Amino acid sequence: MTAMTATTLDRPIEQADSPTPLPVPDRPSEPEVKLKDILIINYSGDLEKVWATMILASTSAAMGVKTRVFVTFWGLQVFVRDDRRITGENWMQKMMSAMQRPGISHRKLSTMDFFGMGPWMMRKLAARYHVASPKELLEAAQEMGVEFIPCQMTMDMFGLKPEDMIDGMSEPAGAATVIGLMTEDSVPLFI
Amino acid sequence: MEAAEITRTVDAKGLSCPMPIVRTAQTMKVVGSGALVEVLATDPGSVKDFVAWCRSTGNELIDQSSDGVVYRFVIRRK
Repeated sequence: MTAMTATTLDRPIEQADSPTPLPVPDRPSEPEVKLKDILIINYSGDLEKVWATMILASTSAAMGVKTRVFVTFWGLQVFVRDDRRITGENWMQKMMSAMQRPGISHRKLSTMDFFGMGPWMMRKLAARYHVASPKELLEAAQEMGVEFIPCQMTMDMFGLKPEDMIDGMSEPAGAATVIGLMTEDSVPLFI
Repeated sequence: MEAAEITRTVDAKGLSCPMPIVRTAQTMKVVGSGALVEVLATDPGSVKDFVAWCRSTGNELIDQSSDGVVYRFVIRRK
């Protein structure tokens, strides 16, 4: 038994009852549902919203749904490598990255941040209740084929270069790509 | 369900949503069609989630049970 079992359980495993069968729903007789694609627009760089994006993207891919995440504005900062401290070419771009550290492991909460106290507690709680971190979920999502598409305009505005970004990102694209996908067969989510 | 028929077991005990589903989906990619995969989870939400997941993916939920602590699902890969 690994160390991850005990804490979230109400009772230790030894005190379990004998197994009770749960009802298994009938298989739907109609032909299989044709799944639409999912398009998440990850606009925010806030910890809690990035978490939501990663949970939905990894679950969607796990359900066999073609999943794309368009990353733009503050949401693009999430996909800068964790070890990049200052990014950009001119002083304003550099100052922006200095004021808001990029990378998925350096996200702040939109409320209750309290100079990092809030995120610290969130990470502690997540570890205690075995909630996967945004970074773990991102890795699982990438492994399952989720496409992360950076916004070209935001990359230019923040002076981000392809080598600043994490591995496995798709080619940068623009708003027309997003609208094109939305009007075809993707369910859009704006986070 | 005979234990010998189970191709692989996903131990998702202690993991929160969505990791039981994610781990199961990753396992399904490496087993052959028709293989039986057993999932052990402690997340109460997984009872509804595995039904929804099987419906979307076309994998067949053939058995599920609970001992009050651990939920056990047996799924046949499409």
